[in-house]
This record gives sequence, C-alpha cells and structure tokens, in this order.
Amino acid sequence: MSPADGSVAVAGLSFSYPDGTLALRDVSFRIEPGACVALIGANGAGKSTLLLHLNGSALPGPGLGTVTIGAREVGPGSLDAVRRTVGMVFQDPDDQLFMPTVREDVAFGPGNLGLDPAEVARRVDRALATVDLAQVAHKPPYHLSAGQKRRAAIATVLAMEPGILVMDEPTTGLDPRARRQLIELLKGFGHTRIIATHDLELVLELCERTIILHEGSVQADGPTRRLFEDPGLLAACHLERPPSLRPCPSCGANPMTDAY
Amino acid sequence: MGGTADPFLELATLDALAGGRSAIHRLEPRAKVVTVAAFAVLVASFGRYDVARLLPFALFPAVLVTLSDTPARYLLKRVLAALPFVLFVGILNPFLDRAPALAVGGLTLSGGWLSFASILLRFALTVSTALTLMATTRFDEVCLALERLGLPRVFTLQLSFLYRYAFVLFAEAQRMLQAYRLRAFGRRISLGQFGAMAAQLLLRTWDRAVRIHRAMVARGFTGRFQPPAARAWGLSDTLFTAGWLAAFATLRWVDLPRLLGGLAWGGPG
Amino acid sequence: MHMADALVSPAVGGAFWVVSGTALAASCRSARRSPDGLGVPLTGVLGAFIFALQMLNFAIPGTGSSGHLVGSLLLGILLGPHAAFLTITSVLVVQSLFFADGGLLALGCNIFNMGFLPIFVAYPCLYRPLAGAGGPGRRTAATLAAAAGGMLLGALAVALETRLSGLSALPLRTFLLALLPIHLVIGLAEGAATAGILRFFRRARPELLERAPGGRTSWRAVTLVGMLAVFTGGCLSWGASRYPDGLEWAVARVAGAGAPARPAKADVPARPAGADVQARPAGAEVPARPAGADVPARPAGPGAPEGALHQRLEAVQRTTALLPDYALPGRDGTPEPSRAGTSLSGLVGGALTLLLVAGVALALKFRRRTA
Repeated sequence: MSPADGSVAVAGLSFSYPDGTLALRDVSFRIEPGACVALIGANGAGKSTLLLHLNGSALPGPGLGTVTIGAREVGPGSLDAVRRTVGMVFQDPDDQLFMPTVREDVAFGPGNLGLDPAEVARRVDRALATVDLAQVAHKPPYHLSAGQKRRAAIATVLAMEPGILVMDEPTTGLDPRARRQLIELLKGFGHTRIIATHDLELVLELCERTIILHEGSVQADGPTRRLFEDPGLLAACHLERPPSLRPCPSCGANPMTDAY
Repeated sequence: MGGTADPFLELATLDALAGGRSAIHRLEPRAKVVTVAAFAVLVASFGRYDVARLLPFALFPAVLVTLSDTPARYLLKRVLAALPFVLFVGILNPFLDRAPALAVGGLTLSGGWLSFASILLRFALTVSTALTLMATTRFDEVCLALERLGLPRVFTLQLSFLYRYAFVLFAEAQRMLQAYRLRAFGRRISLGQFGAMAAQLLLRTWDRAVRIHRAMVARGFTGRFQPPAARAWGLSDTLFTAGWLAAFATLRWVDLPRLLGGLAWGGPG
Repeated sequence: MHMADALVSPAVGGAFWVVSGTALAASCRSARRSPDGLGVPLTGVLGAFIFALQMLNFAIPGTGSSGHLVGSLLLGILLGPHAAFLTITSVLVVQSLFFADGGLLALGCNIFNMGFLPIFVAYPCLYRPLAGAGGPGRRTAATLAAAAGGMLLGALAVALETRLSGLSALPLRTFLLALLPIHLVIGLAEGAATAGILRFFRRARPELLERAPGGRTSWRAVTLVGMLAVFTGGCLSWGASRYPDGLEWAVARVAGAGAPARPAKADVPARPAGADVQARPAGAEVPARPAGADVPARPAGPGAPEGALHQRLEAVQRTTALLPDYALPGRDGTPEPSRAGTSLSGLVGGALTLLLVAGVALALKFRRRTA
C-alpha cells in the first residue's frame, strides 16, 4: 500500500441532520500518512458525525464539501475502495462483534474482500496475534472482558489491512491495565490514526497533533501540547486541561513551565 | 411462558455447558440433531396409554448425560421447573377417563391414570433430551447443522443474531428492571410504565441495529454472508447416528419391557 | 399459550410443522428478495428484544395477575408481516430449545398459533383496515382489536389442535369455555401494552413507523397456507375419527399380531375385531354432524363406571358437537388390560428396563472415571 493511500483530506465539510440541526460547519483539515491525530471536543460537538464521513457511512451532500481518502474522493462509486482503506473501530465493541465467535468476526472483513480462504486465515491469525487474542479466538464475544472486546474489535478491522485507522472513544470503560495495553498497542501501529476521544491523557501520550471541534466547526488544529497549554481555548470549547499538565496540588510546580 | 425466574442465567448456563470437550460435545452437530429429532418423533408416536414401553427410551438421555458430564441434577431441576403446565393439562385425564385399564393385585388403575403417566413420561424424555442437546452443542453449531439439513440461510442468521444479542438485551432489560424496582417499593409495573420502559428499550435496540449494520457495511458487507467452514463428518458420527436410530426403531417396535417382564414374571403378558 | 408435546399427536404436530414450515420458507424467500432496509441485524436484534422483554411483567388491570408481551402484533406493525414472522418464529424456536416453553413436536403448532395467526390474519384483517390512515385513537382501537383477535384465534387453534390430537381427555367445549375468556383479557392487555409502546416509539421516531411495509405480502401465499391448515385439520379430524391411534393401529396391522382392540373411537364400523365394545346409540357415529344438531343424552351403559363429571361433559359435548365425538373410553365397563398399551408384566418389565438403563449409565460413569 503506497503511503499516499494513508492520507486524509477534508475540505469545507458541512452536514445537517434530518431535523435541521447543523452538525458540521465548514470543516477542513489534512492529515499525512502515518500521522496520529486526536479529535477532541465536548459531546455534541460533531466528532462522531465527522468520523462517519471518513469511511463513507455518511456522505457529503452536493456542494457541502468533500472528503478525500488517499487519491479517492469519497462518493457512492468509491465506497468499496474507501472501506478497504479506512478501518473504523466503533464506540461499542458489541456493535462490531456480531458473529458467534471472535475468529469468525475477524474473518468477516477479509471474507467479504473476496480473498481465498488461506489468505483469510493468514490475516486472521496475524490480526489476532497483533492484539494478543489468539488464545480466545474460539470464544463467543460475550465471554470476553471489556478490554478483550475492544482489542477484538480492533482485530476485526486490522484483518482488512487498512491504511487508516479511525477510532471512536477507544478507552471508554477500560480499566487502567486494559487501557495501558491499548495505548501500547496503538503506539506500535504504523497506520494513519485518527482518534476521537475524551481521554486527554491518551491524546498527550499518543497524538502529536490535535483538532478541537466545537459546535460543528474546527476551533483549533495544531500540536497537542500547544493547544493544551491554552486554558482560554480549552475553556471556550468546554474542555479541561488533562491532570498531568495541571499544577501539582502539593508543591504547586507547574509541569508546563517548570523543568523536572 | 418465559417461566424461569432468570432466563439470562438459564441461557448462560447452557451456553457454558455447551463449551465442554467430552466425546458427545465433539460429535458432529448434525448427528446429534438428527438423533434427537428422531427420538422426539418416536417417543411422540406411542399410543395414549403406553407407559412401560416408553421407559427403555430413557437410555438415550441417560447415556448422553453420563458421557457428556452434564450435571444430572441441573437437568432434573429444569425438567421439574417446566413440569407444572403439563401437570395441569394432564391431571384432568384421571378424572375424565375412569375406565379400568389395568389390574395390579387388588388395585385397579383407570385409563386416565395411564394416559397421565404417559404424558408425564413423554414430557420428561423429550425435554431432558432437548436440554442435553443444548448442553452439549453450541447454539451456532446447532444452527449450522439445521442449515446443512435444509433450514434457509436467512433463518439461520436470524437465530444466530438473536442468540448473540440475547445476552446484551437481557442485561439491558435487567438493568432497567433493577432501576425500576429500586424506586417502586414493591409495586408491579403498570401498563403505562411498561409501555414507556419497553419503548426505551426498543429505541435503543433499533439504534443498535443501525450501528451493527453500519459496522457490517464498513467491513465490506454486501448482503451475502460467507458460508462458514464445514465440519468434517467422521466414522464416530456415522456410528452414533446409525446406532441410535437402529436402537430407537427396535425399541419402538419390540416391546422390551413386556419381554423382560415375561421372563421375570413368567406369567401371561 | 405454548403447547407442550404432551398435548399434540404426531399427526397433528407433523401437519402443523408442514404448515408453519411452508409459511417460514415463504417469509425467508420474501426477506431475501427485499434487500432494502437493515435486514438480519434488525430482525435478529429485535428478536432478542422481544425475548428479553418477556422478563418485564406488567400488571393486567382488572385482574390480579401479571402478563408479559408476546409481541407478534408489535413486530408486525414495526417490520411488516414477513420479517415479523421470521422474528417471532426465531423467538419461539429458542424458547422451545432452551426453556422447554412449548415442545419440539408442538413447535409447528406454536409457530402457527402465536406467529402465523396474529401476523398473517389478525394484522392484515383487523389492524390495517381498522387503523387505516387514521389518528392515534383509531390506531389504538385497531391495536386492541387486532391483539385480542389474534389471541382468540390462537386460543381457538390450541383447543382445536388438542382436540384433534386426542391425547387429552378434555372435551373441546369445556376447553374453549376455559381458554377463550382468559385469552380475550390477555389479548386486550397485549393490545394496550403494544399501543403504549408504539405511542412512545412514534413520538421519538415517527419516520420509522411511516415506512412500515405490509403491502408486499403475497396474498396468494397466505391464502395457500391458510387453506393448507384448514385442509389438514379437516383430513385429520376425518382420519382421527375413523382410525383410532392411527400409528398404533397401522403398526398392529402390519405386525399381524393380535391387535389390541382399541375402542377409543367405538363408533367406527370398519374396525378390526372389538367384540367387547358396545355399539353406541345412533347418531353418534357420523363424523360430519350438522352443527347444533340436538341429540338426546345417551343413557348410561350397563355397569359403566363413569363419574358424574364425565357424564355431564359428555352431555355437553353431544349437544354442541361440530366435530366427531371424542369417545371417552371404557364406557362398557369391561376391564381391558391389553387395550391399554401397558400390561402388568409390561410394568414389571418396565421397572427392569429402568434398572437396566440406570445400570448402563452407572457403568459408563464408572468406566470413564477409571479410564
């Protein structure tokens, strides 16, 4: 897969719900292949709606902007190709693990790509090994823990060998250990990663760039640290500085200015 | 009807049991489905007043339960739990059918009692066998077996999805019920409240269906499901099926109890 | 309303398996042909929803008892007949396999009573015409009528299927008198609950209800299945009246052994020797009796050991016979050990058989433990 396939370009995207509410207002940004970008904002800011546009689950109306994945513009004719390139991990793993066993779920995507059974099996094994779930592959999804489910959902997407990973709230509901495992896993990926999340500590650790959405439009787009160091900006977007960047409650040291 | 107190637990227990590794578990699902179906049909084919002739059929569930390590006590509990309705239906027979049918020493049993006993015995046999099937075979494998035996794919998928999401929906319904009970102080759910609660659950369920569909489409789903990997049919499967079918046929047409009784009793049958 | 295997004879059970199977095949074909909409994810998840919903019991006003939603009509309104039938059938299958709610043999009957009748009869014939394009009031009334109607039809079907099977000694009329009023109340409660759910649902998602299909039902298929059911019922009632315990009789004939005389239907002339059976008074033999024909109460046979209950029910049966009589056996008073399928030595042998079975089971257990 050529590096250009992993690029994402959104230009002037606007979107309204059937009842008229404006969800996205002229959103534009470009992401280079291999980058890890966080998408943050208050609930209702439009993050999920934006994500849906990235894999063709929602399509821009005429004259309401464009979404380009690699060299292809997302439209009714390019959906198949877009879905091969963009792997989306949804908020609720149960929505994504619908087959009787984990193995069958992971095989679902490659199976639909028309690959021969041997190649499907190879991809399944590789994906399961990457997320370290090979030993539970024969189990039904409802026997898995929250962390395992999350990783299984990721495996189902990895098996399609996409160039871009889009994730919606990946750390919700995970205990600290499962969360740590997930962060380490994501650190190791070479894919373009776009992560919508409330977990600002994860953003600090994982994503060098952050886009802040507020009421459907892009409020800020730049290096993560710089954005987080702007209290006014965060407050205006109904966000807060993550704990690791706040002054220490006991000694008052400011992690952003004091060296330590 | 939805009789058990906690259907989630019942489903989960059978689901857990079905994950075992005994010889019975490892049999090809079609073999088990076919023998259980044949069993049910033959047991049902006995006459109204047949009691003793049903007894040899207990061999099938007995062997299955023993060889598969299915907890017999659990099975008994489930059979007894489902018994009341059948009891209620059958209990009228002794009152309506008073004609003497059998004389044992000084005691005369009416036909009604015999047919009542027959009903209970038939019930116990078929229910215990069906439950043993579900305790030794994963549901999706049962569905697969049914499909290989002719059930339409659409329906098999329907069953699969229903089963897969039953646990999720049960959990949601339980949470809703729990939340209700904590504020209801013993009052039962009124019709109006039920409508609101059920509608909430329905809305969430519908939204979930939309998301599942979206996830499927995102992974390339075009409307046709791939047929899953076939399970090999082996010699033990053939022996199992042929052996039991032959046994059922024999027991159906040869009155074993009468033979044994004749041998033991020495008197006229 | 789930029927247990105990109530259903193989003939009736098998016949309704065919009927329900045909309807299911038709619905599956229809589902395959219409790829629009969400398909299996929706019907599967809604099936799980109905299943889980049965945990929520509500109080039926006016009575002291609780009920739960069966859901056939709700599914019909939400999904259209074919998808709804698929869904409710899947729920019934799972209930039967895992919870012994309804027997396996009786599954065909249960699918017919609780699936086919509410969805392919009550929904199109009661709900749609009554609701029309009307407002909330009309829709609620239509829901109540369709739910009650569907439930009553189902109860009627249960009674008829039981009667045709001949395994329960309960006379048809008594059964109906017991079932119908209860199911009317249950049906109205189901209708009220369904209407309540739909009211909330419509408020939140009006667009989902507008799209409810229903016009694409193949009426030919429905009529065919309906006629099949009636035809089967007719044949069975004829068969049941002429050949008692059909399978047993056939087997006895084939085996050639002295077929135990079975006067279960004592009136049939073309039967093998049943010398101990007394002829019944005229008018009782003919299967196809004109409805409501008045027949004088049968005088008690000599030495007949019936109870008063039995006689009264018999009298009731005779005055309302639309179907062939279920001849309550043994009125002649002669003890007949061989006519029951069980004899004394049979019972002894039965006990021995049980011991044998237990022995085999224990031996297997022992062998495995030492293996």
